[in-house]
Amino acid sequence: MTEIEFLNWVRGPGFQIAVVIFIAGIIIRFAEILLLGRKTNLAEAKGSEMSGGLRTIVTRSFPDRGTFQRSTFTIVAGYIFHIGLFVTIFLFAPHILMFKDVIGFSWPSLPTPVVDAVAVVTIIALLAVLAHRMSNTVLKFLTNTEDLLVWLVTILPLITGYIAFHRIGMTAPSLLAIHILSVELLLVILPFTKLMHAFTFVLSRWYNGAISGYRGVES
Amino acid sequence: MTNNKDKTLLDNSGVDKTGVDKTLGEVLRSQGVSRRSFLKFCAATASMMAMSPAMIPKIAHALESARRPSVIWLSFQECTGCTESLTRAHTATIESLIFDFISLDYHHTLQAAAGHAAEEAREAAMKENDGKYLLVVDGSIPMDNPGYSTIAGISNYDMLMETAKGAAAIIAVGTCATYGGIPHADPNPTGAVSVGDLIKDKPIINVPGCPPIPVVITGVLMHFLTFGTIPELDHIGRPKVFYGQSIHDRCYRRPFYDKGLFAETFDDEGAKKGWCLYKLGCKGPTTYNACATTKWNDGTSWPIEAGHPCLGCSEPDFWDGGGFYKSLSMPTENITQTAIYTVAGAAAAGVALGAMNKNKKSSAVAAHNKTTIDDLEK
Repeated sequence: MTEIEFLNWVRGPGFQIAVVIFIAGIIIRFAEILLLGRKTNLAEAKGSEMSGGLRTIVTRSFPDRGTFQRSTFTIVAGYIFHIGLFVTIFLFAPHILMFKDVIGFSWPSLPTPVVDAVAVVTIIALLAVLAHRMSNTVLKFLTNTEDLLVWLVTILPLITGYIAFHRIGMTAPSLLAIHILSVELLLVILPFTKLMHAFTFVLSRWYNGAISGYRGVES
Repeated sequence: MTNNKDKTLLDNSGVDKTGVDKTLGEVLRSQGVSRRSFLKFCAATASMMAMSPAMIPKIAHALESARRPSVIWLSFQECTGCTESLTRAHTATIESLIFDFISLDYHHTLQAAAGHAAEEAREAAMKENDGKYLLVVDGSIPMDNPGYSTIAGISNYDMLMETAKGAAAIIAVGTCATYGGIPHADPNPTGAVSVGDLIKDKPIINVPGCPPIPVVITGVLMHFLTFGTIPELDHIGRPKVFYGQSIHDRCYRRPFYDKGLFAETFDDEGAKKGWCLYKLGCKGPTTYNACATTKWNDGTSWPIEAGHPCLGCSEPDFWDGGGFYKSLSMPTENITQTAIYTVAGAAAAGVALGAMNKNKKSSAVAAHNKTTIDDLEK
């Protein structure tokens, strides 16, 4: 297989396989969660489930003072890499072209040097998060293989993308193909690991808020 | 240098019996080329091939005393575009004189002989220059059915194998001969393969492009005449001096890519301002060739300068990259359709799995035995 054949495969059948697993995985997991249902609450409702649920979806994006003071590093680094991932994935011109090809519409991109800088910051934040996890005794104790796997598949597209953009070390078709392959790995793994929170965070926050809302308390 | 570094493939001491016994220096002088312009040409060649200035006198000396090498040119499944590219010189340049200098003993587009006489010329050249002649091939070789392409009743495969046997080196010209090219494009109806797919025991220089740049072929020829060896090649057999850098890295529009300024269509403001053609499907980032530096038509222009994205013609399978106007970051398959089918299929599977889970849950509830006081007292 030549490197151009490799590139054509990851852009073609490889991407197709990854998208099928990604979409099927997400839909099946959502169907399972939703169809399982919840026990009927026999207690008398003291407030609205809906308003509490919807409010919590938003409010959980902002840490309260106590949590922020206890876990400043986790929250700051977490914000940085989540925003960084959003910028690098959705605001880089070549990526927007890919989305346009699949979903039919596009949006403005950020200047390339800005995305480049954000990518570096994001990589540093992800490295810092891992260093923190491994140096903190409690976090280290709680870390399992899945945690390390999801960290790896998240940072790989960033690193391979950075290398492919700056064309370091190998010939360009191989670098681009490796970058796309690393994204396909992320797509395949995402629905079956805790990376699924990218979609389920809405549901879980809603449930948390709804429970409190039903009881008439703030969540 | 390649593993052929120490082996001189061209025997300069041998006198060519088929052609006029003149050295290149003599040929050039008889054509009225002055010593000054010859040395200027040698200097330009040295710099083009990234050699040190100290090499200029050596190149001049080697070229002056070089004797006509016999060249056999075989054309298989091709369009003659490569020959057109190499022969359509506007002015009598020194490059074209060097091209004239070789003893082109067989080339079925250019030779005067036809039929049996033509084949006899090839056989005679092979016999007289056994082990010394250069074999140039353009076009791919059909392997499904030999009848897809024959010359004088001889299949392309048989002719290639027979002629390659006594060659000092093989130059595969054009993307068809180097990587299969257009005949090899999906679904490859003739089972087309490249020269390198069939021949493993001879030095092969790949000069891909659709067509390749004329100066690249004269450069390779110059290298062979000067050093008697083949130039340093990259991982897919291309001379590094010409294919060492990508179009993207040498493109004069690169600053626009770096700034994120792209032409969105062929007639928008960006296109008029000469911005980057990435979004219009440019394959420059993954293509290695010398177009951006040597340009075409005596350095007049080249595709990107003319406002058209690079097609990636010097790379293998350039025809199967999902379309010339699809950007490199776009998938080559119809992902939208795939996604719609997946959503439908997965929704059905999800509902079925959900029903199974619900069933499991209710049977677990039904099967559950409540613990009584009696059980605890046991």
